[in-house]
Amino acid sequence: MIELLKKLAGIDRRFIYAAVFLATAIPILTKATMKVEPLPEVRKAYEYIESLPESSVVMVSIDYDAASMPELQPMLEAFLHHSFSKNLRVIMLGHWPLGLPLGQQALEKVAGQYNKEYGVDYVFLGYRPGVAAVIINLGKDFRTVFSSDYAYTPIDSLPLMREVSNYKNVKLLLGLEAGAVGDAWVQYGYARYNLPIILGSTAVSTPDYYPYMQANQVISVIGGLRGAADYETLLGITGEASIGMLPQSVIHLVIIAFIIIGNIGFLVLRRAKK
Amino acid sequence: MTSIIWTWIAAFFTLAILSFLYKDNPLYKFAEHVYVGSSAAFTILYVWVFDAYPKLVMGFREKVGMQKYLLIIPLILSLFIILRFIKPLSWLSRWSIAFTVGMAAGLGITGLTQGFLVPQVQASFLPLFVQGPTTGQTILLTFNNIIIVFGTIFTILYFYFSREHKGLLGVSSKIGVTILMITFGASFGYTIMARISLLIQRVYFLLHNWLGLV
Repeated sequence: MIELLKKLAGIDRRFIYAAVFLATAIPILTKATMKVEPLPEVRKAYEYIESLPESSVVMVSIDYDAASMPELQPMLEAFLHHSFSKNLRVIMLGHWPLGLPLGQQALEKVAGQYNKEYGVDYVFLGYRPGVAAVIINLGKDFRTVFSSDYAYTPIDSLPLMREVSNYKNVKLLLGLEAGAVGDAWVQYGYARYNLPIILGSTAVSTPDYYPYMQANQVISVIGGLRGAADYETLLGITGEASIGMLPQSVIHLVIIAFIIIGNIGFLVLRRAKK
Repeated sequence: MTSIIWTWIAAFFTLAILSFLYKDNPLYKFAEHVYVGSSAAFTILYVWVFDAYPKLVMGFREKVGMQKYLLIIPLILSLFIILRFIKPLSWLSRWSIAFTVGMAAGLGITGLTQGFLVPQVQASFLPLFVQGPTTGQTILLTFNNIIIVFGTIFTILYFYFSREHKGLLGVSSKIGVTILMITFGASFGYTIMARISLLIQRVYFLLHNWLGLV
């Protein structure tokens, strides 16, 4: 037994990588899916969006890039499906330059599926640097930050933007967060202007955002791939997040097994040394 | 056809990056350098297209009177930052940095106080007994509030360094550090979940988009 544990303790880390890879690939190849019971916080976010009257203006902030795409892109697409199916109007902007094309790609794809018209049903404003300054000034007047959209079209020539002067005209901000921009949205957007916020975050950032939910500073938090899968479930969509639930559960079990074996091995070998 | 080419390029870079798990190699280095280079170029381009050009260049063209002349200030501050690369004049870049630091500090202090510290302190003033609709709910809600209130107090006590952590303070700080460890554990669990999500998406891309196996 001790010999086996010794061997396991000295195992090449590449075997562990291979095991994790197989635990990911095999469930995907089986094409099996796993039913998830939506978390209360995701249900709360869903119900808030459901309660918005038709034609309400909602904003999405793309604060992530390709490295967080697997978790946040399904969330964005689910939100866009939800918004357009309810005839909500969407304004998109962002604070991460490398992520904005991902946002624009999803916006155009989903808007096309619902025959939505640019400028009337949705607008892509683009990027301005300065996070906090941008958020504060949008609360005063959108025109101080964005006089034109991403294609230099004056925003007053867009029917949707003629109805929007500041956050008073916005019913919801969905912040898709891979870093600390979510804090800025809460600390400036909510604290100064009472902007209703839902934060969709990567799993890494989620624990940092839960305190805002507990303090009622945000409506809710949708966390990680699991949060995205919950949202897809509530919408009745089987997207990439839902497909990822089975492999994620299998890998978690594999990792837990590694942690248990590793700890048992460590304790037994330490005792044997003594 | 174009989409097929891009899928193959994406698959190549995915495999090149993952090859680092076996060991460092030239393919990995190549993919890493391409990523860093293209990201930097893209960011510069984005700042020009979405900020400098519409706000400054178009601003000079379209704005009139005082509004136009005010644009000279950000223009000068931007030029000063670039002067950092010219040694005899590099001291001028400190003006731009001072402006940025001053603005960020001012915004940070008000933002943190108004948007974080005060609301979070308010949210930790909770009743230690909550009557729920059922006995189970009452126990659960009360238990949650007790954890939040005492968890906050004990954690703060752990960071009280003006007295030796002995006696009551020692016990409190031990509970505080235990709560911190549980928090770190939860964060670490979430981090694993996030990294695994990235792997799942890449493997799905390889099996679905590239190889067409699923």
